[in-house]
Amino acid sequence: MSGRWEVVIGLEIHTQLATRSKIFSGSSTAYGAEPNTQANLVDLGYPGVLPVLNAEVVRMAAKFGLAINARVAERSIFARKNYFYPDLPKGYQISQYELPIVEGGELHILDENGVEKRIGITRAHLEEDAGKSIHTGFENSSGIDLNRAGTPLLEIVSEPELGSAKEAVAYMRKIHSIVRYLEISDGNMQEGSFRCDANVSVRPLGQEKLGTRAEIKNLNSFRFVEKAINFEVERQIEIIEDGGEVVQETRLYDSDNDETRSMRSKEEANDYRYFPDPDLLPVVLDAEFIEAVRQTLPELPDAKKQRFVDRYELKEADADILTVSRPLSDYFEVVVEKSATRPQLAANWVIGDLSALLNKDGLDIQDSHIAADALAVLLNRIADNTISGKIAKEVFDAMWAGEGTADEIIAAKGLQQITDNSAIEAIVDAVIDANPGQVAEYRAGKDRLLGFFVGQVMKETGGKANPGQVNEIIRQKLS
Amino acid sequence: MTSNRAGNALHLRTLAQLRTGLADGEFSSRELTETLLARIDHHQGSLNAFVTVTADAALAQAAIADANRAAGKGGPLNGLPIVHKDLFCTKGVRTTCGSRILRDFVSPYDAAVVSRLADAGAIMLGKTNMDEFAMGSSNETSFFGPVTNPWDTRLSPGGSSGGSAAAVAARLVPAATGTDTGGSIRQPAALTGTVGLKPTYGRVSRFGMVAFASSLDQAGVITRSAEDAALLMNAMAGIDARDSTSADQPVPDYTAGLADSVKGLRIGMVRQHFDAGLNAACADRVRASLRALEEAGASLVEVDLPSIGLSVPTYYVVAPAECSSNLSRFDGVRFGHRAENPKDLLDLYCRSRGEGFGAEVKRRIMTGTYVLSAGYYDAYYLKAQKVRQLISRDFSETFAKVDIIAGPTAPTTAFALGEKTDDPITMYLNDIYTIGANLAGLPGISLPCGFVDDLPVGLQLVGPHFAEARLLSCAHQYQQLTDWHSRGPEDYA
Repeated sequence: MSGRWEVVIGLEIHTQLATRSKIFSGSSTAYGAEPNTQANLVDLGYPGVLPVLNAEVVRMAAKFGLAINARVAERSIFARKNYFYPDLPKGYQISQYELPIVEGGELHILDENGVEKRIGITRAHLEEDAGKSIHTGFENSSGIDLNRAGTPLLEIVSEPELGSAKEAVAYMRKIHSIVRYLEISDGNMQEGSFRCDANVSVRPLGQEKLGTRAEIKNLNSFRFVEKAINFEVERQIEIIEDGGEVVQETRLYDSDNDETRSMRSKEEANDYRYFPDPDLLPVVLDAEFIEAVRQTLPELPDAKKQRFVDRYELKEADADILTVSRPLSDYFEVVVEKSATRPQLAANWVIGDLSALLNKDGLDIQDSHIAADALAVLLNRIADNTISGKIAKEVFDAMWAGEGTADEIIAAKGLQQITDNSAIEAIVDAVIDANPGQVAEYRAGKDRLLGFFVGQVMKETGGKANPGQVNEIIRQKLS
Repeated sequence: MTSNRAGNALHLRTLAQLRTGLADGEFSSRELTETLLARIDHHQGSLNAFVTVTADAALAQAAIADANRAAGKGGPLNGLPIVHKDLFCTKGVRTTCGSRILRDFVSPYDAAVVSRLADAGAIMLGKTNMDEFAMGSSNETSFFGPVTNPWDTRLSPGGSSGGSAAAVAARLVPAATGTDTGGSIRQPAALTGTVGLKPTYGRVSRFGMVAFASSLDQAGVITRSAEDAALLMNAMAGIDARDSTSADQPVPDYTAGLADSVKGLRIGMVRQHFDAGLNAACADRVRASLRALEEAGASLVEVDLPSIGLSVPTYYVVAPAECSSNLSRFDGVRFGHRAENPKDLLDLYCRSRGEGFGAEVKRRIMTGTYVLSAGYYDAYYLKAQKVRQLISRDFSETFAKVDIIAGPTAPTTAFALGEKTDDPITMYLNDIYTIGANLAGLPGISLPCGFVDDLPVGLQLVGPHFAEARLLSCAHQYQQLTDWHSRGPEDYA
């Protein structure tokens, strides 16, 4: 990419709110049911039925607003977005338009250079999801599944302040992290609970006026967001550099071919004829309600990260990783609380060995084979010199495999560290006797050979000798 | 003569009188139901007031009602017959809205109005004809053909609740439900010599009422006396969790204050409603009726509603806008008429809707789509909403000075079928006196106040929000002084 171009990206993130029932009806929102088994007459848009707002949805949206330091509107309005589509039963989607429930928020990400950057959040509004059209398995027709119709969504719209695909992903990850901290969304991207549209444009560096944008629809993974934006940026720059003009349009990302394709142009775009929905009253929230919601806010990722750095003296990058998800940070804190080890060491274990095994088995931290307090016991055994850090890895693997607690495994496998000086001395003596050549070289000044002797002793003891003591004794004997 | 005078024949009696007769064992619900079903059958050909008659279900219900009565059980309307305008959803009985697109639509549930009246013991005899989707003032836009006026079958009964009004006027049933978006209960009541009550917006649940214009639609009743309207309102009114716009307001016993005198009642005569557009003979009748109330102790005051002249154009922006969206669900995908062999999705939509909707509905969908379109929204829809605020303010300022606003319901008596069908504007102007109450969400009632050339004239009373009891009381008092409401068309005696 040429350095003469500035990239401007805004994201519209659709988050499914984790309510049990739909936004305007009592149907279940559970994922994966048989088609059309979770759609009642309201979801089907039957004549005469009316929407009734799910109060929980309002509470969740307000919670999000407070979490991003936004204004939670005292009065917001539902509007109808009118268009025809078979999976839109009423011929309109109930959304919010002129007066959304959340306006003017912000969050901070690290930009390309690792510098903190503020990203403005224009608004977040409530709306209902549409159903799903199924185009395979039907002859000369399509199937419609309305289970998803009426599922509550919070659409979070950023300012066009993201400068690269990486920043866009960092922003999206941050929102993902926040909604899960708030427990207002499961953030499940495979099931479509968290997806986004990206508005992408480019302009010559220094130019005030924004370039013409293309909107890439329905990106449902962080990887696709990054790839789609990068493709789109290249495409737009290429067009302009070739003397062409970018047209305003909606595009789809094709992950199989890693490219975006035109879906419809501005001229073909619907005129949605928004107007206030006369079936629903304005949502009026008083200060008392908003304050009550504020009381339910948990510690959020940024604050928690700072606390981890301040209190546990963690490396910033590690604190960042540990605070991405609330369960992971909770896990870490239990380990720290229940063990006598240094927090950074605990962090290394959680981020390193534990995360590696979780990833390998595709598990979330909640499903870890090793509970936080069990890991704490293992770390305590390192701290009290029962085992070395190296042996601990072996114990850890055995724990993961379900062979028992740290203490049971250490006992069963006889992994307890040898700390008896006379026992170690005897082994050191034997090693010295067996390697006269190396002893001579060492004494002649080849200090590097210390490691060789330590290695030999560890080999003899199956790694169980206390490494500190071994070092000490070898030094004494060879001096 | 008073409304309490019991006619000998069952079909001439009011609900209140029938209730007494049933309670006294003078006749059974079954006899009553059979009598009325026979009349409906006999007069359907000349009036076309019904889309569906539910004779078997009604007789079965009547038997249950009789058994309940014998057992000392049953609700306040036990065994009393009623019919529903065909846009109230009725479980298992088709609900057509007078439209081809819903010609065969059978709702899987009952509207709130339907279930509340059934819970009170009322028996449904059938579903009444109406202007398609309640869009019309003459009942000529129905897919099932026009309803005729029992006073002269060459004339329109008004609309859109024309079937309900004609059925009550012709003494086929004592009471019917209706809906009023711009006058659709009051105007046909006026044109057929019946009582039509449109309650305050939100007083009666809209759940199960197929929407025309959601911010204006309100369910109400057409009866032959104010007392009967009060009886029905006792069963129908009240908050409904399924309708977010239904009002959380206590429901009074609407019959309790009927006997209250009009002494001291301040009645405002709207200067703008006695204008050049009002037929002079009708104006005389309305004035005479107000003088009668004055003689009974009410005081008459002239009042102004300066913005009321804008109500028709305002209405014809707001109502079509909402209807264009409300009717989008009729797309041939899930229910209703579906075009045969569509070649693609667009063809399915265009032909299903093109074939399913009539001309007036299409006109309003197009108007509504236009006024909501980008570039026109501010000039039409938004401006109309602002004017609507002005009209509401006119009313609330006036209600600081008077208790009730009174005037004519319609500019003329019933007009000939076909007379206005080619001129929508003239047709729309028929609702000029009624639309204001819808825009402001106010309760209004039309009651018979005399005749011009043997055709009934309606007096309209409009009250502040939730003042239905006051309107019913005033109307009842008027009906104690006069017998206009007891007179029926000779051909249907």
